[in-house]
Amino acid sequence: MSEGVMDTTEGVGAATGRANALRAAAVVGFFLLVTAGTFAVDARYLYFSAYLWFGFIYGMSLQYGRFCMASAIRDLFAVGVPRMAVGIMIAVVLFSLVSAAVTLTGRSTFHPSPLGLYSVVGGAIFGFGMVFTGGCATGSLYKTGEGSVSALLVVLSLSFAQALFVDVGGLLDKLVPAAWTASAAAKGMPPEVSVTHGWYDQFLAGYIWDLKAVIVGDALGFHSPVARAFVGNSLLNAIVPAALLLVVIYAVWYRKGYLRKHKHLPPGLATEFAGWWSMVTASKRTAIAGLVLGVAAGVQMWVVQALQQKFGISNAGELLSAMGHKEGLSLQETVFDPGYFYVTTQEAQGAAWVLHKLGMDVTGNIFFGLENGIPNPLFNPVLWMSFSVIGGSMVMALLNNEFKLKFPTREIATWAITGGILMGLGARIGMGCNIGAFFATVTNGDPSGWLFAAGMTGGGWLGVKFFNWWIERKMAREAPLGF
Amino acid sequence: MAAKFEKLGEGAYQLDVQGYVCPHPQIYTKKALEKLQSGETLQLVFDNPSSGESISAMCQTEGNDIVEQVQDAGKTMRWTIRKH
Repeated sequence: MSEGVMDTTEGVGAATGRANALRAAAVVGFFLLVTAGTFAVDARYLYFSAYLWFGFIYGMSLQYGRFCMASAIRDLFAVGVPRMAVGIMIAVVLFSLVSAAVTLTGRSTFHPSPLGLYSVVGGAIFGFGMVFTGGCATGSLYKTGEGSVSALLVVLSLSFAQALFVDVGGLLDKLVPAAWTASAAAKGMPPEVSVTHGWYDQFLAGYIWDLKAVIVGDALGFHSPVARAFVGNSLLNAIVPAALLLVVIYAVWYRKGYLRKHKHLPPGLATEFAGWWSMVTASKRTAIAGLVLGVAAGVQMWVVQALQQKFGISNAGELLSAMGHKEGLSLQETVFDPGYFYVTTQEAQGAAWVLHKLGMDVTGNIFFGLENGIPNPLFNPVLWMSFSVIGGSMVMALLNNEFKLKFPTREIATWAITGGILMGLGARIGMGCNIGAFFATVTNGDPSGWLFAAGMTGGGWLGVKFFNWWIERKMAREAPLGF
Repeated sequence: MAAKFEKLGEGAYQLDVQGYVCPHPQIYTKKALEKLQSGETLQLVFDNPSSGESISAMCQTEGNDIVEQVQDAGKTMRWTIRKH
């Protein structure tokens, strides 16, 4: 904001502020009640509540910093604003440092993804779709918490698109390479998952499972655990690439404006560094959100692993089984339980559970049937995290008088659903979204996340090109003054 | 519903993008500002809070001044931007 700006808030008076504070307290009270009530019933619900409260912190931070990866890519290409891309790089650096410390304690829950071109393809489809929706997977959750019904449509379409995509066969089966089918058939899968039927099953068993996962610290052969975690995983796989990206972002999108405003500074490295630092600290809200997200995401891994040790489990499926909630467990009696910040898979589970209740069998596949299950959303700890991201964001929006229930127009709803479907397809092909396939991977020594990010950036760039064309065409027809 | 871009008076324009979510408000604003001459003002009406962050940063980068920011009880924001 410029100096001397007149900043007024008309009508958002003390009464409205008080009412919103009460509403925020009610949301917090609800989550506290859930935590206390379920704990009173069975202490093992603590595992669920851990996910819940980390989700709540993520939701508050995301809303506070307007933290959204769709915004990071889109605003760079569409309006030349690097604010969010910078915030994300800050979060990457911090999350990687905390992750390295957690890895050293032996309590990391992270599992690397295989390294392959699928990450670029999935990232590109996801990135293209998220330009249309107005938010990434996490951005849509926090915007739902702000009262945006279009963001809720994104979450729903993303969830149902995934649930249907992993089970669909028919014409898609004809696109499966014969090598995938042969490799999948050779895996000796249980007959219930009918592994040679369905595009996604053969993609997983016949392609993904044949790829190798890489952890940079291990691949470089560091003997010292400290060097493996902090030099290999954090410094080389996260901090150096993030710093290089910040230099590129500065050179392309920030430097010109900074030097124009600081003509009095002598040219040289000191001025360039001052400009770079000015970019990093330009948006305090985004930087603070990045800081909290990075630290909390690392601590969550430690907490979930500590709880797994406490309850003597390695997957929440064992806990659910012991607690008598056997509905929706996978063939291996497991459920999706990453142990860290994740978004899309649990939402796909929720959608699949609804489809199942409506009479559709979507469990005859690897994704749900063999690995993740479709537990009742009330007993899905990871889905508790998604709900509480919305709750945390709602609390922050209420406290800042920014909550507003907004229903979309038909145009916005169409963009939301179309983009959400593309994001769902991209997330499944890329084995995760902007969080699971990027944020959680690059910060834990897994380079596959950078491939996803490259695809997401390329898809985002293409999406912005398309969107610009669409808006210009629309305005040429509708706006009296044209554009 | 469509975005409304109207002339309010000499050198003063209004862009109304209420109801739109990201990325519409910031792209419309960028395109509207490109149409203005130096010194002219754009009154921007929007109700998507996260677009405000991007628009504010965009103005800072391009040297345009946000001379007034008003938010009413319905969470609608009215910003006046003077083109550099």
